[in-house]
Amino acid sequence: MKVGLFVPCYVDAFHPDVGIATLHLLERFGVEVEYPFDQTCCGQPMTNSGCHAESAATESLFVKNFQDYDYVVAPSGSCVHHVRYNLDAVAQTDAVRKVRRSTFDLVEFLHDVLKVEAFPWAEFPHRVAYHNNCNALRGLGHASMSERRAEPFSKPLDLLHKVRGIEVVQLARPDECCGFGGTFSVFEEGVSSKMGHDKVCDQSQSGAEYVVSADSSCMMHQQGCAERAGIPMKYIHIAQILNGASA
Amino acid sequence: MSDTHAPVQAAGRMLHPELAAASDESEVKNGRRLDHAEGTSHPIRPSSAPEPQPRGARIRGNHRISQSEAANRFIAAPQHEKMHDERLWDLRQKRDRVMHRIPEWEELRSLASAIKEHTLTHLDEYLDRFEANARTNGIHVHWARDGAEHNRIVHDILLDHGAASLIKSKSMLTEECGFRDYMASVGIKVIETDLGERIQQLDNEDPSHVVVPAVHKLRTDVAQVFAKTLGTDAGNSNVHYLAEAQREATRPLILEADAGMTGANFVVAETGTFVVCTNEGNADLSANVPKLHIASIGIEKIIPRLEHLAVFVRLLSRSALGSPMTQYTSHFRGPRAGGEMHVVLVDNGRSKRLGMEEFWTSLKCIRCGACMNTCPVYRRSGGLSYGATYSGPIGLIIDPTFNRHKYSALPFSSTLNGSCTNVCPVKINIHEQIAAWRKVMAEHHELPLIKKSAMKAAGALLARPTLYRAAIASADVALNVLPHFVIYNRLNAWGKHREVPHAPRQTFHAWYRNNRGTP
Repeated sequence: MKVGLFVPCYVDAFHPDVGIATLHLLERFGVEVEYPFDQTCCGQPMTNSGCHAESAATESLFVKNFQDYDYVVAPSGSCVHHVRYNLDAVAQTDAVRKVRRSTFDLVEFLHDVLKVEAFPWAEFPHRVAYHNNCNALRGLGHASMSERRAEPFSKPLDLLHKVRGIEVVQLARPDECCGFGGTFSVFEEGVSSKMGHDKVCDQSQSGAEYVVSADSSCMMHQQGCAERAGIPMKYIHIAQILNGASA
Repeated sequence: MSDTHAPVQAAGRMLHPELAAASDESEVKNGRRLDHAEGTSHPIRPSSAPEPQPRGARIRGNHRISQSEAANRFIAAPQHEKMHDERLWDLRQKRDRVMHRIPEWEELRSLASAIKEHTLTHLDEYLDRFEANARTNGIHVHWARDGAEHNRIVHDILLDHGAASLIKSKSMLTEECGFRDYMASVGIKVIETDLGERIQQLDNEDPSHVVVPAVHKLRTDVAQVFAKTLGTDAGNSNVHYLAEAQREATRPLILEADAGMTGANFVVAETGTFVVCTNEGNADLSANVPKLHIASIGIEKIIPRLEHLAVFVRLLSRSALGSPMTQYTSHFRGPRAGGEMHVVLVDNGRSKRLGMEEFWTSLKCIRCGACMNTCPVYRRSGGLSYGATYSGPIGLIIDPTFNRHKYSALPFSSTLNGSCTNVCPVKINIHEQIAAWRKVMAEHHELPLIKKSAMKAAGALLARPTLYRAAIASADVALNVLPHFVIYNRLNAWGKHREVPHAPRQTFHAWYRNNRGTP
């Protein structure tokens, strides 16, 4: 099994440790991982702004970089959601369809493809609150959604519960969007920040020491809000905990 | 004031008021700032003067509405924003609770969606059937192409009866038609009978929500409105006092009215009847007190048979307010003895929308407001920030069909989180349609230049790996490109209420090259 590692632009620029943890974690399970050097972005920022034409060349590049792998894995539910469901700015060739089909978020890949049973090296004796990215939750189906009538389940929590010592606490509004929303975070700055500050309050009141998520982008926004408000919350990607980060 | 307070103060506008009590000495204890959870135990101190109500979007002719500008003013009124967010979130939670009591909930949603899609794709047929059956029931049926024609038809009916006053129940359709303004211009007195809508009428403001039209107002706001219009004591915001004063003032107007108007929630083709759902019974007053009853109805309200109604009645109030049913579900099948009943079937853009491949399913909407209640943007913005008849997620996809340019920024007032789609009782893919509208706006050159040029620059750079790597390594160029432009752009929108992320020593790309080498 050959996996192409996609490190989204935000992760590359601001959270390289998340990319490193993802790489190490996959290698721990004996997966052959390659990082295509010419990768940049999946095209989501342009498409989300309605600019599909401006996204086409970036999407083509993505397909060119990743078309030869059995799987493409990324530590970001949001970017994977874009590739799987919205990579429409390019003609739908066999290669495009293949890449869309074989691109997985790290949580899905561990849970559904590798079907990982244990992370013997992982111990995280802390209280954590989990942040579901909206695209991962409602787009990829990471977990049951509070709006829908369905049996409760959660792939990320299934994985986290295999980590020794971890305690997961509930948020008052577990599925509420944090307000990042990609370019929404700057073009609709006021509402975005208000949502972020409300989210951070909820996290703080939950008694959590850490917030864990499968998406760095949401956490970058939340951390910015927490730091501005003087709230000492810590943020960590699920890849880092599963790879054995101690704090 | 010590420096440790600075971040809290800077963020004060973003925090709930009780968290931002900067003057509160107890915030610092033993030289240590209390942690956040303890901070919330401070009681909310009522301010001496009530917080003024933030008003809605600035509307200037055909200019593009800026929802975010109005939303920022709403957020700057923390008592209003907090009440609004919590009140609507409470409705969402009540909705969740009743939804969990119905094992076949998701099946009901699918059924409702299928009935609506079937009816909309056979609309002409069912409308004809309704008209024939309604006429048999003794109802006068009229057809209106648009709002202006609707208003003229209703005016003519009123003139025929020498009617000078009209009591009406809440109707989003008449809001679309600008009905109250028109009636005022021809000298006919209109009295809204829904309490929230009456408050909005007295305040000369549009409804901010399809179900709870004055939900953006605090009771102190209502006290101000009633003091000015009904002569109540401006300092008394007791809800019973205000409700009673309104009742005393409005009841005589209802009893004296020459004509009554309702909308309709559902129109049944096979029986030629229509159904009105309310919680205050005010539609029944409007319909039954005067001898003349006019119902204004959008053509998409039709369903084929009475048995289909059960599906929608089970979904409507549960989705809207979390109650099993509306207090009143009134069936109207013809005029009373000595009375007259008219139905005006209104298109007003619906046929055009039905022909829009990506957007026609928005006509399935039953106006429950669940998408508004769940929308995190709407809850923090207030419905009037949308500057259009329909606000919230459903508004983002309907309003542009009325005026693409004026409402071209609305589809961007969303994080595309998808909660709206999940709560929709008729399964409209609301968030996908919001995204599709963004594409339409970009294709029709309706994007602001700053956004368009940023996306163009980003798209060009992200497609060229070598240039991209060179660009993000150089701070000057990085100012203008993703991902950095979002955070470090010159307007510093990111940094207004957030800290910028800590730049790592190296990118992942650099780490990989240094540690694993090029392939």
